[in-house]
Amino acid sequence: MARITLQDIRHAYGPDPQREEDWALKKLTLELKDGGAYALLGPSGCGKTTLLNLISGLLAPTEGRILFDGTDITDASPEQRNIAQVFQFPVIYDTMTVYSNLAFPLRNRGIGEKEVDARVREIAHMLELDATLMKRASGLTADGKQKISLGRGLVRSDVNVIMFDEPLTVIDPHLKWVLRSKLKELHHRIRRTMIYVTHDQTEALTFAEQVVVMKDGQIVQIGTPIELFERPQHTFVGHFIGSPGMNVLPCEVKGGKAIFAGNNVPAFNAAAYKGNGKTLELGVRPEFVRFAGDGIPVDIVKVADAGRYRIVETRHQAHSIKLLVAEGAELPSGQARLHFDADHTQIYEDGWMVS
Amino acid sequence: MNKTVNQKAWFFVLPVVLLVAFNAIIPLMTVVNFSVQETFGDNMFFWAGVRWFEQVLQSDRFHAALGRQILFTAIVLLIEIPLGLAIALTMPRKGPWVSVCLVLMALPLLIPWNVVGAMWNIFALPDIGLLGRLINGLGIEYNYTRQIFSAWFTMVLMDVWHWTSLVVLLCYAGLVSIPDAYYQAAKVDGARPWAVFRYIQLPKLKYVLTIAILLRFMDSFMIYTEAVVLTGGGPGNATTFLSIDLQKIALGQFDLGPAGAMSIIYFLIILFFSWLFYTLMMKDEAR
Repeated sequence: MARITLQDIRHAYGPDPQREEDWALKKLTLELKDGGAYALLGPSGCGKTTLLNLISGLLAPTEGRILFDGTDITDASPEQRNIAQVFQFPVIYDTMTVYSNLAFPLRNRGIGEKEVDARVREIAHMLELDATLMKRASGLTADGKQKISLGRGLVRSDVNVIMFDEPLTVIDPHLKWVLRSKLKELHHRIRRTMIYVTHDQTEALTFAEQVVVMKDGQIVQIGTPIELFERPQHTFVGHFIGSPGMNVLPCEVKGGKAIFAGNNVPAFNAAAYKGNGKTLELGVRPEFVRFAGDGIPVDIVKVADAGRYRIVETRHQAHSIKLLVAEGAELPSGQARLHFDADHTQIYEDGWMVS
Repeated sequence: MNKTVNQKAWFFVLPVVLLVAFNAIIPLMTVVNFSVQETFGDNMFFWAGVRWFEQVLQSDRFHAALGRQILFTAIVLLIEIPLGLAIALTMPRKGPWVSVCLVLMALPLLIPWNVVGAMWNIFALPDIGLLGRLINGLGIEYNYTRQIFSAWFTMVLMDVWHWTSLVVLLCYAGLVSIPDAYYQAAKVDGARPWAVFRYIQLPKLKYVLTIAILLRFMDSFMIYTEAVVLTGGGPGNATTFLSIDLQKIALGQFDLGPAGAMSIIYFLIILFFSWLFYTLMMKDEAR
């Protein structure tokens, strides 16, 4: 178990990086608490796998230091770092039984057979693999194989961190949630640091206590799922998390008040704006927009049923605004007016939230 | 489940049946034809039954040629498969040296077989050949046209030079197709290089190795051109393999009956061993 610190880390895959685009991972400093459940969330190519491989030691950073519990391990091999990693595709040793697969990391480290047997059986029980222990691993289904990959990480009682690199990619949808809740349960039981890389917001938000949102090799926001939902620090976070994503509308701020297309809109951070940004935007999630007696006049364009609620798309001049309306609630006919919840309406300056 | 009965399906199978018939079964039948008949010329044939088969199977000459053939193939397989695998493992995976290595490896495979024989014939000559002069210069008496051991040594060396590349290329293709995640997982699991080879590389190479062994078995069991050009089956009959012996019987002595019978026996031996290798290598999959 360990607290993981990344100090001024930068990474480029090519030699001699010159331009800003050469860096797969731009300069960042990050601290992960011992025993936490973290998710690295972002679109493909945002640098999240690079960051993961830097922590595991499969890659060496171009610049910066990595510390485990304050000890510099930047130059240590994955084996020395004592970490476990579960990959996108299940990696199993085909010729071995499930038992030998789980015992492999222990036997490689010269641990006695008696202890190996106890650990393997304990982990197999945890993962519900008891029935298949003596079967050939290659005969299992994809989710069974992924459980073995995970099991190989869990058998060692002293691993510093367990990392998951989009581990549910090849798992059938109906088994995804089973494995996901299994993971959550395991984390509660063993309280080991876990880092989960994914581009799927549902996976990240359900698994992690802290979500690290990344974009173009940079960290955009670190926060709990609720913080990411209620206070997106960047319009990207607003777009990327939530379905549908946050409404982002052009606006002006005059005298501490936000104005959207001629309408006064209350925003909680409008007063904090100092007036030096190039583009100003207003962000409000569809969850915090409602129909009201007075407010912004709009036309209803489209209504989509999403189960317990409906997604209503409206239009004010050229701007589209989405909102959620509970199932069965009356929709106003023709001209309607919208009200934004002031506590959850934010002003963004060049993409970043004004504070 | 009920099977669908559809006799029209035969029309779709027919072209394949015809193709196989014309390029395999019909030519083979001419050999079968010779193997059960006796001829005294003038295109007159008499029924001979299984006489030629009995004669071939009981002849010491056939036994000796078969023994030499099995020995040669065994030696060649024992050297080429591990050596080819070892070379493939040491070849680079990335960078400019990959193409250099691949071209160097492919070179022997591009040389016509009779040229290979001629090259080694001259290369190994004790008086003017580079190899022959070198070995004799070291104080070892070496003359592949007179000594049985020298002839076998040269023959095996030539085959290893000519064909190890095939094993290398097959294994290399298999190795580069193993996803990086396997090596990364092995690193994380603390596996030593031997364990990586034993539990990742070897299992993943199973299919290409099966193909390599089958190809090298069949080709070495049928070796003809290079051997004829190098030693012509000599000294004495020391390097007269099955194919050389068959050629002598069929076209040297013009004994078409025994030659036909021997061809069929030869073919069945290859078929049997190929089946045996394949079944043994694939045995685990059935479980």
